[in-house]
This record gives sequence, structure tokens and C-alpha cells, in this order.
Amino acid sequence: MRELCFSHVDVVYGSGKDAITALDNLDFTVSDGESVAIIGPSGCGKSTTLRLASGLLRPSAGTTTIDGSPIQGPRASTALILQDFGLLPWKTVRANAELGLKIRHVPRGERKERASEALQLVGLEEFADAYPGSLSGGMRQRLALARALALDVDLLLMDEPLSALDALLREQLQDTLLSLWRKEGYAQILVTHSIDEAVYLGQRIYVMAPRPGHVVTVVQNEDAGDEAYRQSGEFFARCNEVRELLRQAGGGGSHA
Amino acid sequence: MRKALGYIWGTVFVIILWWLLAIGIDSPALPTPAATWPELVSCFQKIMPQFWASFGRIILSMAIGTLLGAPCGLWIGRSKRADAIFGPILYVLYPVPKIVFLPVLFVLFGLGGEAKVILIAIAIFFQMVVTMRDAAKHVPQGAIDSMLSLSATKLQIFTDVVLPSSLPALFTALRITCGTAVAILFIAESMAGSSGLGYYIMHAWSLLEYPQMFAGIVAMAALGVILYEAFDIAERLTTRWRRA
Repeated sequence: MRELCFSHVDVVYGSGKDAITALDNLDFTVSDGESVAIIGPSGCGKSTTLRLASGLLRPSAGTTTIDGSPIQGPRASTALILQDFGLLPWKTVRANAELGLKIRHVPRGERKERASEALQLVGLEEFADAYPGSLSGGMRQRLALARALALDVDLLLMDEPLSALDALLREQLQDTLLSLWRKEGYAQILVTHSIDEAVYLGQRIYVMAPRPGHVVTVVQNEDAGDEAYRQSGEFFARCNEVRELLRQAGGGGSHA
Repeated sequence: MRKALGYIWGTVFVIILWWLLAIGIDSPALPTPAATWPELVSCFQKIMPQFWASFGRIILSMAIGTLLGAPCGLWIGRSKRADAIFGPILYVLYPVPKIVFLPVLFVLFGLGGEAKVILIAIAIFFQMVVTMRDAAKHVPQGAIDSMLSLSATKLQIFTDVVLPSSLPALFTALRITCGTAVAILFIAESMAGSSGLGYYIMHAWSLLEYPQMFAGIVAMAALGVILYEAFDIAERLTTRWRRA
């Protein structure tokens, strides 16, 4: 993937009097290997944007393209991680990691190998035969990552992936997300309602506002992508800047 | 091990209760376990063919009811259109006690095994449709969205998500309905025909052979326990993930 591009995108749910505009005139681009964060209050169209990028949803107006061709449906090297991780509790950790490969009819031997590599990458190889129900929240999150990584993705989409975790675990997994992204070189879009998460992980931050969902502004945040950034004065200044933008947009971030 | 101990305790309790009742009531219609046991041993040869006749009818009818009912239920639960058409019909038919159709089936299919098997299959069918419809409606949407984003086909979503997530409900329904199935079978066999435990029990009753009758009752109880336990074991084997 060289570039994901949304141009003048509207998304309208329902029709007639009950129609709800979820996204209004969205322009959005992500380049190869870039890490982009989307932040905003609920109802601002964050998740809708991800569903568009994943091919689960088509725009009502405007165009969504990857490398110039329209997104027609789910794409082989795009992975989506949902808020509840979308794991299948009746499959073992290994079978969950293999799921995407199985759906794509990758032969069993190769499937096993790639899933093992991905589980190793997130430190879950010794739990391969356990069921998700016996894993902690952080481990489930890492399993969802492994399932995506086993696919050799070039675009990773995440919908509030860390929102269910406690603060310390959350920071740990933010570091995991960062190091995997740097190592694997895919582009990622992270939807979050956490200001520090957006600033820590997003090289560009789309600040969105609701009713109807639209982009208020795009914050350039080139310093993101380094563990040391979290401790720096610039990091806190950038967090404050984003917080102020959210406040002006009227929604307000739920917490930092 | 714990389970085996539980069964021993349960059996001992039932036998003691039975014994106390038999002594208390002191009627030839309720012989003591001690009077029933030799009868059970001596007419074992006579009971077994009846047991297998009943067992075969139960297995066949439950298999038919499940194989037809479970897919229908899953389909109605996953398809809004199917639910709109068949949902209301279910609401009308499900509460009707299916046993009342026994005379009709006797007229249509004769007094042999067919009418009995069909009646039980109908009762199981409705139970399965209703249970599996509810189960299919509660399939986690996140799991389906994940499958869709991995470009899964409808068939893959069915085999990897809808089916496994509904399996526990299927076994629960089987365990609950095996009691109903045995009850319907008893009534059907005792009303007509000349085979099966229901026939055997009522035949012994009409001859005032109470210990023999009770041997038949014990065999019928064993039939229920065996079925229940078999479904319980099958559920454990296929839904190990739920105890993770």
C-alpha cells in the first residue's frame, strides 16, 4: 500500500426523516508506514472512518481509495482490531491467531508457522493451546495483534484497542504497539478517546467532532514514534494543545 | 471421580427413599427395591428387547427432530426475513402440547413405531427451533465483524462463528428435551403397539405383575439417565472452551 485516501466522504445511515449523517465531507489520507491517530468524543464518526478503511462500509458520497483504486470490500493485507478484540472464544489461542490465514485458505503448514511467529512476536507462544477465556485482558489484546500480524498486513486499523485495560497495562501495550509498528513497518490508524494515547502514537492526529461527524483539525506530531517522547515537555505541551482543540470543538475529551 | 461419587450418592438416596415409601405405603403396586431387584435380574432377558426398542425410537426421533430443527432455528435466528415470516408461527405452535396429536398420527401412520417416532420428532423439532433461534440471535457481533473484515464468506461465518457459539445451547436443549422425549414415548407406547418399555410397563400392570412393572419403570428411568449423561458428556467434549 502506498496511500489510503478518502476524498469528500459522506456517510449517511438510514434514509428519509430518520437519516443520520455520521460523517460529513471527510478528507483523510494515510501514507505507507505512517501512524495516524483519530480522536474525538463518541458519535464523531471515528469508528465509521475505520469501517470505511476496512471495507466493511461503503461511503454514501465521495470516494475511498487505496493506491488509486476504490475500496470494494475487505482487503487481504488490511487488518481490523475491534474494541472487544473480536476473538473467537471457542478457538484456542493458536487457532485464533491462524484465523485470518485459514479464511484465506493458506495451507496448514504455512498457517501454523506464521501464527507461531506472530504469537512469538507478542509473547504468547507458551499459551498457544489455551482458550481466550483463560487469558487476561492484556493478553487478549496481544492475541488480537498476533492475529493481525500473522497476515503480513500493510495497514492495521484499531478501534479503541486499549480502552478496556487499566492505566499501567495500557501504557505497556502502547509501547508494544509502538515497537511492533516500528519493526514491521505497516501503516496504522488508531481510533482512541484518550489524548495521551493519540499523542504518543499518532504522527498525525485527526481531531474530530460530532453532529455530524467531521474533522476539526489535523495536528502534526512528528515527534511521535519514540519511547522517550512520553517523558518530554513537548509531549505534555502537545497533549494540552489537543485537549484545547477538543474543548473548542465542543465535545471534550473524556480523559487524558 | 467426583461425578461418579455424586451418582452413587444420588442412587443410594433414591433407593432409600423408594424403600421408605414402599414400607410406608405398603401397597403391592409399590414393591420394595429388594422385591424389584430379583425381578429385574430374572426378566432381564425379557426387558432388554423392549429397552432396545424404546432406545431406538428415542435416538431416531431425537436425531430427526434435531437435524431438522437446529438448522431451521439457526436460519430463522440469523435472517430477519425468515424471522418475520416464521417467528409468529412459532409463537402460535410452540406452546401447543404435541402429545395431543398422537391420535391423529395413529390414524395416519398406524399403531406401529412410525407414529411414535414422528410425534417425538415433532416435539423435539419445535424445542430445537426455538432454542437455536435464540442462540443464533445472540452470536457476538464483534466476532462476526472480525470475520467479515478478514473477508470471510457467509459459509465460513456460519461454520466458525454461528455454529460453535450456538453449540452449548444445542446441548442444553438436548438434555432438557430428552426428559420430554422419554415421557412422550411412554404415553405413546402404553397406548398402542406391542413393543417398548411403555408397553411392557402397562402390560405388567394389567396382569397385576407389580414387581415386573417396577422392573420396567427402573429400565425406563435408566433410559432417561443414560441419554442425559450422554448429552452431558458430548457437551463437555465439544465446548471445552467454556470452562477456560
